[in-house]
Amino acid sequence: MSSITATQDQHDDHHPTGLKRWLTTTNHKDIGTLYLVFSLIMFLFGGSMALVIRAELFQPGLQLVDPGFFNQMTTMHALIMVFGAIMPAFVGLANWMVPLMVGAPDMALPRLNNWSFWILPMAFTLLGMTLLFPGGAPAAGWTMYPPLVLQTGDAFPFLIFAVHLMGISSVLGAINIIVTIMNMRAPGMGLLKMPLFVWTWLITAYLLILVMPVLAGAVTMLLTDKYFGTSFFLAAGGGDPVMFQHIFWFFGHPEVYIMILPAFGVVSQIIPTFSRKPLFGYDSMVYATASIAFLSFIVWAHHMFTVGMPLAGQLFFMFSTMLIAVPTGVKVFNWVATMWKGAMTFETPMLFALAFVFLFTIGGFSGLMLAIAPADMQYHDTYFVVAHFHYVLVPGAAFAIMAAVYYWLPKWTGHMYNEKLGKLHFWLSAISVNVTFFPQHFVGLAGMPRRIPDYATQFADFNAISSVGAFVFGFSQLLFTYIIWSCARGGQKATDQVWEGADGLEWTVPSPAPHHTFDTPPVIK
Amino acid sequence: MAQSQGYYVPHGSNWPIVGAIGLFLLMLGLSTAFNGVGVGPAVAWIGAIVVIVMIVGWFATVIRESEGGVYNQQVDRSFRMGMTWFIISEVMFFAAFFGALFYARQMAVPWLGGESNNFFTNLLLYPGYENAWPTNGPKAIGGEYQVMAALGLPAINTAILLTSGVTITIAHHALKDNNRKVLSWGLFATFFLGFLFVGLQAYEYIHAYQEMNLKLSTGIYGSTFFMLTGFHGLHVTLGATMLVVIWARCLKGHFTPTHHFGFEAVAWYWHFVDVVWLGLYIFVYWL
Amino acid sequence: MSNSKLGRLAGMTTAMFLLTAISPLAHAAWEVNMPRGVTAISQEVYGLHMLIFIICCVIAFVVFGAMFYSILRHRKSLGAQPASFSHSTKAEILWTIVPCLILIGMAVPAADTLIRMEDTRGSDLSIKATGYQWKWGYEYIDEGFGFFSSLHPDHNVARQLGSGIDPASVDNYLREVDNPLVVPVGAKVRLLLTASDVIHAWWVPDFGGKKDAIPGFVNEFWFKPEETGIFRGQCAELCGRDHGFMPIVVKVVTQDEYEAWRTEQMASVSVQPAVITSETPAMAMEVSSDPAAAPAAVPEWSLETAMASGESLYNANCGACHQINGKGMPPTFPAIAGSPVATGDVEAHIEMAMNGKPGTAMAGFGPQLSDAQLAAIVTYQRNAFGNETGELVSPDQIAAHR
Ligand code: HEA
Ligand code: HEA
Ligand code: HEC
Ligand code: CUA
Ligand SMILES: [Cu+2]
Repeated sequence: MSSITATQDQHDDHHPTGLKRWLTTTNHKDIGTLYLVFSLIMFLFGGSMALVIRAELFQPGLQLVDPGFFNQMTTMHALIMVFGAIMPAFVGLANWMVPLMVGAPDMALPRLNNWSFWILPMAFTLLGMTLLFPGGAPAAGWTMYPPLVLQTGDAFPFLIFAVHLMGISSVLGAINIIVTIMNMRAPGMGLLKMPLFVWTWLITAYLLILVMPVLAGAVTMLLTDKYFGTSFFLAAGGGDPVMFQHIFWFFGHPEVYIMILPAFGVVSQIIPTFSRKPLFGYDSMVYATASIAFLSFIVWAHHMFTVGMPLAGQLFFMFSTMLIAVPTGVKVFNWVATMWKGAMTFETPMLFALAFVFLFTIGGFSGLMLAIAPADMQYHDTYFVVAHFHYVLVPGAAFAIMAAVYYWLPKWTGHMYNEKLGKLHFWLSAISVNVTFFPQHFVGLAGMPRRIPDYATQFADFNAISSVGAFVFGFSQLLFTYIIWSCARGGQKATDQVWEGADGLEWTVPSPAPHHTFDTPPVIK
Repeated sequence: MAQSQGYYVPHGSNWPIVGAIGLFLLMLGLSTAFNGVGVGPAVAWIGAIVVIVMIVGWFATVIRESEGGVYNQQVDRSFRMGMTWFIISEVMFFAAFFGALFYARQMAVPWLGGESNNFFTNLLLYPGYENAWPTNGPKAIGGEYQVMAALGLPAINTAILLTSGVTITIAHHALKDNNRKVLSWGLFATFFLGFLFVGLQAYEYIHAYQEMNLKLSTGIYGSTFFMLTGFHGLHVTLGATMLVVIWARCLKGHFTPTHHFGFEAVAWYWHFVDVVWLGLYIFVYWL
Repeated sequence: MSNSKLGRLAGMTTAMFLLTAISPLAHAAWEVNMPRGVTAISQEVYGLHMLIFIICCVIAFVVFGAMFYSILRHRKSLGAQPASFSHSTKAEILWTIVPCLILIGMAVPAADTLIRMEDTRGSDLSIKATGYQWKWGYEYIDEGFGFFSSLHPDHNVARQLGSGIDPASVDNYLREVDNPLVVPVGAKVRLLLTASDVIHAWWVPDFGGKKDAIPGFVNEFWFKPEETGIFRGQCAELCGRDHGFMPIVVKVVTQDEYEAWRTEQMASVSVQPAVITSETPAMAMEVSSDPAAAPAAVPEWSLETAMASGESLYNANCGACHQINGKGMPPTFPAIAGSPVATGDVEAHIEMAMNGKPGTAMAGFGPQLSDAQLAAIVTYQRNAFGNETGELVSPDQIAAHR
């Protein structure tokens, strides 16, 4: 890495202000903030839809919504949470932190960075406006399986093009992150010296580039099947509806790791800090991440054990899926070993990180159960699956994001957040998330299918508990929103290092981090 | 040319938000057009124009900065990496359609013909249908059609694209040797061949539609054929247009023997389009 | 927050967590686990499920044990001094290899069961099951009769939005059909699954699994029930608006009972095997099994008789989308009341009913219903909901349209 200094074409006093600043900014911190705020808003919208679902499922019998609308809620909830909340939140974290962590003056391609962000609100406007259409929003599930999805009314092309835009945004964002990491590291920052958050994001970005275009291809074929008479997913013409599922899950499975690898990174930053002990097994963490990413490309059909694949295919996908437990286990063991003989304290970020390790692992175990093909014949498309993926996504990915926000908020705003409220938020969330999703294992095993607005009476009790939990969890997130807002407004001044055990370049710059950092690159020994 | 020491970080730009709005209008227009709303196409056109304006404006800024010497080698490297990964993402886009082709040929069609665990599929639903390629399926969607031969036009097109790969390499060497005349002729030849290819491809499409009854709606064969060649054709058009821009820049005296990322990016893109065609020629036309 | 307080809180949470997990076990009525089922396969699957579950619990105990131990002991507030080690090759190799071995231990029995599950040879009875939006069509292909099976009419009333009927007052709410599938105990039943519109999935938990019904393909699924009884399940793949209302009920009866039932079924079928008929109880008319061969079978075709049978047929077949009141749910499902099609050219109306509209949820009912049935429905649509065409459509008109 040649020695570098950053140059700017204008000086700081020429900053645009107000709306224009946010529309035209090329600053990684501004763009990071935009991403984070956007994802929080989307989380609240997507969560509100989950609350509609949970409200209808509170009791058997249809009380509140039409079944068609219920399906729209399920579909939109998932699309918004996946593409609007979790992914952009991680991209926001990457924008803020990767340049700070590798000692770069900004992202490598700052203008492109702005574009990547602003495409997102456009995509979700397109998708969201379908809710107001007379025929309603897409209702075929976030997996968009044909032929059902082809029955979508006016919302159909909006769905397809919104997905295209999300894909463009993600790919451009991922390119930017890779280039930043590969080309902008400060002198002395070797690849195996990078913080794990940077590593996990590097690998995530590769995944994004390799799979988002495949999703774009898949939905393009849906479009032509509907409007141009192609037969990709039509058996009469020599195609196969199941072909879509293969292509979708070739994207979809890596996609779920896209939502968890950066979370692994966050947790790998936080646990050493609050254990006051270096991360255990740094190298094996890196290799494990890479193995997970590699394996994620050869397991996709574990979502399709019931479609009637030939036996050999089922066996292959069962074995390869089970293998993922090994590198993931390495990560879990390394985290525990990091805590072992540390000197732990339990500030809010650490609490969320610990809950992550605990609850993600539970979600991982149910994943492993799902991987057992013969048993999946029973589990598939039941609430057991819903419980599995919410465990890895909510107390998994979403908790990691919350941990990261608490961890870095003082660096972003220059103030400490309210620790008391932070802890309250944690306990409310951690308890209610289990009340929400744990009972779903039971109803799933007892035979309740997913994606249904009404159910047989034997599932009533657990559904009622789950719905209560969901409302408590949901409203706890308003507290989270308040904590962030008030921390941005003021509070106790944060020191530069913020946390006693914190280590890394981001803690060497002032709090709040100035608009431009590392104009002259730091030298890492 | 004087090169800046620091990494160039632009301060604010209007182009990205213009581009985002352009894309929004384009997609909104297309969506409403598919729903049969009258203003749809107009909105889509406006969006497309905004996007084009954005691209022109954005690139003009970058070119100005580049020629003004604000970029150092590290910025150059960023551009190179960026372009590389962009091309890889394009490769994956094509991979989806190639995947569909392979799946149809190796799985779906044999299954419809009763292979593997699909004995009853064939027996109950399509008695008498046999696994063969090309096919428009057991229900012969789209009716009788003729198969596109590999020899003839497609072979000529292959030769054209391969030649264009040579001419752009000649141009590149000329640029490195600072031989501007060969450079501009090499480029001219390349995009000329590119547009010629597109023209012949269009001719082939017309022929297929009018005389062979081979259409996008001709079962899975027509679907994969037109989807793959169609997206490829779009990419050739785009690549050739970029070549024209590079050519114009060369005529204006841009690029130096050591500093010509814009040229190389387009050359890489061109080679990518070339390689995709080879894959197409082998799997769509030939085998 | 002080640490002792924190510890108490943590303790409390754990207790609550365990309580939610365990308390249901106290109430037998709360089902918390996979059913063992009534086939050899379903019991094997149950065994596998429990095996993996217990292995996971043991691993969890070890991992979380170590984690909570250090959380409780290695905390700064207790004066812990951080160690500085950051790797141990031995430990890392160990915890890569051991999970691999555990996984092999799981993979072997799993593969074994899977191979047995996929062995479709030697079946005693083959039934073709076709998924429709939103009902199942069953066809006993060797015997030559068949019927449709949809959500029981009483349940269909109770499940309407704001019906005011308490689901608890309806036995087996949402898990009851008009015509259950009937199979003999101990027979290896082969289901040949396909679908006419979108993907559905056939699932009865007690038979140990599910399989997708995919339009244009036929999947095989088999079960060999070892006990008599009534077994319930439902469609398990999102198939549109009424996906949740597509139950499956299988009656497993003794061989003798089955024979009796079979004879009865075959008697109600005239000629022409291998075609589905609709035996909806609500149906007033005798119908032939072969849609094309029906017209002569229906005596006295009048507006009154057609309207009467048309109403129940309409409610059973079209009501899910166009609604019982004919108002539909525009714009996805157009109203029949005042519909230009249902009040306009009769041929276009017949065409719509028989062949549907490709690319929409409107399926063609020609292959599903007989001439008389279709004639009754179309007549009903043209004269109900304020559509006063006064036209009587005859089965011959339908036949002519085939
Ligand atoms: C962040 C997202 C995320 C993550 C990380 C995972 C992780 C895993 N998932 Fe999950 N999954 C989803 C999101 C995710 N999943 C979603 C969204 C769906 C549903 C999509 C839809 O249909 O809508 C789904 C569905 C899904 C299915 C399909 C179920 C079905 O529809 O029938 C399967 C089947 O194999 C599966 C398996 C796994 C496995 C094996 C892992 C593994 O990676 C887990 C590995 C972790 C562990 C095992 C725990 C830690 C390990 C140890 C402590 C080591 C020791 C352990 C052993 C040796 C056992 N998942
Ligand atoms: C990516 C992440 C993600 C996240 C974070 C969540 C979060 C939640 N999910 Fe979801 N979910 C999915 C991904 C996710 N989900 C996916 C992929 C599916 C499958 C879809 C399919 O089948 O196609 C699914 C499906 C799904 C179902 C099954 C639906 C069905 O099968 O029909 C249910 C049911 O309980 C559910 C519940 C919840 C709940 C209660 C939360 C809670 O954690 C949400 C908590 C948050 C809030 C409640 C927000 C708080 C807001 C307010 C209090 C109001 C303020 C509002 C404004 C200011 C606008 N989700
Ligand atoms: C699965 C849902 C579904 C079922 C069941 C259904 N229809 Fe339809 N029907 C539709 C849809 C969707 C359309 C609109 C098609 C379009 O886009 O024009 C439609 C349109 C029609 C129309 C034209 C109405 C108009 O004004 O355009 C008629 C007539 C009709 N159906 C008759 C029937 C009959 C008769 C039956 C039962 C035997 C039936 N439908 C069952 C979904 C259904
Ligand atoms: Cu049929 Cu769900
Ligand atoms: Cu997966």
